Amino acid sequence: MGAHFGYLFAAYSIIFVAMFLYVMFIWRRQAALDAELRTLEARVAALTEHSAAGRPPEPRSGA
Amino acid sequence: MNNPTIRNWLGFSTLALMLASLFMVFDYVPPDAEMGIAQLIFYFHVPLAWVAFASFGLVAIAGIFYLWLGDQLWDDLGYAAAETGMVFCTLMIVAGSIWAKPIWGTWWTWDSRLTMTFILWLMYGGYLMLRASADDTPQVARFGAVIGIVAAMDVPIVIVSVRLWRTIHPAVLVTKQGTHGLEDPRMVWTLLVSLTAFTLLWAWLLMLRFTQLRTRSRMAWLAGRIALATAAASDPK
Repeated sequence: MGAHFGYLFAAYSIIFVAMFLYVMFIWRRQAALDAELRTLEARVAALTEHSAAGRPPEPRSGA
Repeated sequence: MNNPTIRNWLGFSTLALMLASLFMVFDYVPPDAEMGIAQLIFYFHVPLAWVAFASFGLVAIAGIFYLWLGDQLWDDLGYAAAETGMVFCTLMIVAGSIWAKPIWGTWWTWDSRLTMTFILWLMYGGYLMLRASADDTPQVARFGAVIGIVAAMDVPIVIVSVRLWRTIHPAVLVTKQGTHGLEDPRMVWTLLVSLTAFTLLWAWLLMLRFTQLRTRSRMAWLAGRIALATAAASDPK
């Protein structure tokens, strides 16, 4: 196709690989957020349960 | 912005237009008579520049609203726009550099437009480093807003730099004679499709990151409330 096809191919490849990596980065952040959300939900559930029982909640462990 | 239907629609539209754009670049548009096949990089380089500049403009607008209203929403929007803008700006510089090697014979030169673009990249790099290294406090958000506004002032300078100073960077879209340099209508159509594809891609990525940052802010707020409630419930009085 031409003497500079390597440059053209490199430019387009880098752009698409970088976009793919950025989407993967967003995806991983989303997974971390989901895990954090589950922890929060568990804490809310524990708090609600202990409030209803009229006793203080146990101190949380880990994150 | 947190609407899965719109997000999915944007995602599929982006994919379809990107494929159409690739087809047009590699099979439809004729390469430039002087530059040859390397000129085809232009059809992604220009849209990358457009979305990078639009992102940085949005950072400035969000920064102004954050400083004015103090609403966390504007800080999250500015942060998301700065991050996506940085991705597109980096790719724009890389694509331009790859184009420059066969055309100018060098990967980089300290031309006025390139230098101003590099300064823009450095400033938003500083913004992201600040956000990544410091806690999410209102003070850091205010510093970020100010940096985002000041850095965005470089965007119009980058755009007009080819007219203000002597430069070897081509002025294709609007030449120094005031006309556009795309002599073939197929070139115009290919550029328009690429511009639309990258604008949709930008909107999609921005929406994803903004939604994440909003969720993170709300979770931080909720975690604070839970900690307070737990402390109050544990208090023996």
